[in-house]
Amino acid sequence: MTTDRTNAAPPAEGGAAPRPAPDATADEKELRRRRRRSWRYRMDTKASPYGFVAPFFLFFGAFGLFPLLFTGWAALHRVRLQNPGEMEWAGLHNFTRLLSDEFFWNALANTFTIGILATVPQLAMALGLAHLLNYKMRGQNFFRVVMLTPYATSVAAATLVFAILYGRDYGMINWALDLVGINPVDWKNNTWASQIAISTIVIWRWTGYNTLIYLAAMQAVPRDLYESAALDGASPWKQFLHVTLPSLRPTILFTVVVSTIGATQLFGEPLLFAGSPSGGNQNQYQTLGLYMYEMGWMNFNLGRASAIAWSMFLLLILIGLAYWAVSKWITRSTGGRRSSR
Amino acid sequence: MSTTTPVTPETTTPVLELDGDKPRTPPRRAARGGSGAGRQMQAGWVTYTILAVFVVGSLFPLVWTAIAASHSNTRLAQTPPPFTFGDRLWTNLDQAWNTGNMGLALFNTMIVAGAITVSTVLFATLAGFAFAKLPFRGKNILMLLVIGTMMVPPQLGVVPLFMAIAELGWTNQLQAVILPMMVSAFGVFFMRQYLVQALPTELLEAARVDGANSLRVVWHVVLPVARPAMAVLAMLTFVTAWNEFFWPIIALTQQNPTVQVALTGLGRGYVPDQGVIMAGALLGTLPLLIVFAIFGKQIVGGIMHGALKG
Repeated sequence: MTTDRTNAAPPAEGGAAPRPAPDATADEKELRRRRRRSWRYRMDTKASPYGFVAPFFLFFGAFGLFPLLFTGWAALHRVRLQNPGEMEWAGLHNFTRLLSDEFFWNALANTFTIGILATVPQLAMALGLAHLLNYKMRGQNFFRVVMLTPYATSVAAATLVFAILYGRDYGMINWALDLVGINPVDWKNNTWASQIAISTIVIWRWTGYNTLIYLAAMQAVPRDLYESAALDGASPWKQFLHVTLPSLRPTILFTVVVSTIGATQLFGEPLLFAGSPSGGNQNQYQTLGLYMYEMGWMNFNLGRASAIAWSMFLLLILIGLAYWAVSKWITRSTGGRRSSR
Repeated sequence: MSTTTPVTPETTTPVLELDGDKPRTPPRRAARGGSGAGRQMQAGWVTYTILAVFVVGSLFPLVWTAIAASHSNTRLAQTPPPFTFGDRLWTNLDQAWNTGNMGLALFNTMIVAGAITVSTVLFATLAGFAFAKLPFRGKNILMLLVIGTMMVPPQLGVVPLFMAIAELGWTNQLQAVILPMMVSAFGVFFMRQYLVQALPTELLEAARVDGANSLRVVWHVVLPVARPAMAVLAMLTFVTAWNEFFWPIIALTQQNPTVQVALTGLGRGYVPDQGVIMAGALLGTLPLLIVFAIFGKQIVGGIMHGALKG
């Protein structure tokens, strides 16, 4: 095939007439050269894709997949931080210890509540903001960039600032509350208050990012959908409810999944809010990520830390399955409604 | 002959816009549609007011970081909190730079984030190109693996990584935080989505017919087309790498920190002075804020573009 193609289109040699009788040896040489070239060509097209994806998969295998699996293996051993090379078989001991560990259950519950406190308002606000930004307006790019700036602020920097703003005695937030006649709140020691405070840091950093994602999805909604809705006399609010939201459903599910994954790993905010890995003096805002860090690097128990990591992984899989089921159910129910109309 | 057809960037510049200015064409089309119905609605003062509130909310903590960085610890332990700049900015910055180790931290972070960005963008472009345009066995399964990887938090692998660097004696060395982050599944996905649309298959075939081998195709055809997306991916990766927290905290100490490690040291009472802590936060955030001020529009466009396919 390939040789045929090259034969069919000989290189135009400066307008010279084709030589009538090329001598045999040169022809044979040319043929061999061509065959070699087509072999090389075929090898090249066959192998090069693998060559292009190889670096990614090599690094991913070495630093992503292998550590994840090996964490599961380490969870079945007694591993101490002082001597990480020495692994002593422990079976499921690390996991059974977790089941009866009140700190583990506390961390799990905190991860859950902070996750909800941080995710739900964040995504709701992002949706509303995206709707506003979708209007025709001046300074579109200004608003978008400004709302994304918190995303450029690191967890550490953001948490350190908020920790001061939330100070009990001299913090600006309590000062402002006092102005409107509300008693000062102990943002660091009160369980709910501390969890809300930590959630606001997450919300502050991520609302803009999610806003942009929703905005992109809104701009992809075909305009004639709105046109026909407007012709039917639907108010802007009705349009948002019946055109925008349904079209955004896959995007919303996507952001919920991503935010949930982020929430299960929450670590920097609770670590730096008061600067200790115990997550408050009564562990009132210790998350799973933080507990894993404390277990491994403060209590020197890497085996148990691995078990915590794997229970986070299992948790993620459970959540993933739940979302999958929900999305299946949603598509089925809407599909049904559409066909019944 | 084996020379590649010269590919001028102009002919291959993709139609896709990455500057976050998507609605440029649709509103014009809508305007043609005439008055009222279905036209993109004009923002009223209510909209502007709400947006202004969020602008203040987004910027205030950053501005206040700078304000607090200019006051002494004693001033910050008084009510009402300061709203204007004080006179201790340079003293605090100096202390954060030297005692808080922010100078070394900034230098280290430049190296780490730079190295991670270069390798991520390079490998993501190669793999993204292969997934977008080249046929090969096992492609679908491998792509699924990439997407699945995006969902698995890298934090779950820190224990073995820590065991490995302890074994290798890499604790406190920068390669310990660079190597595990040299590739990103998101990057591969991002480049694939871009190249699927932006890279005309005929162009690849033309180069092939001209006898270019794969490397030449990548160099002369793929890279010129991919450049805008590579730039956006580079900025997103740089921000992420700069702010990377969990793993550096474990792999590095205050002797050889990145910015986030040094900030953690400050936050955990390394220098118990709130003005200095805020000065450190300011130093650690400023470089990214400058990047945002210059390339904000492109970064916004990149996130929106990536999102559309997610």
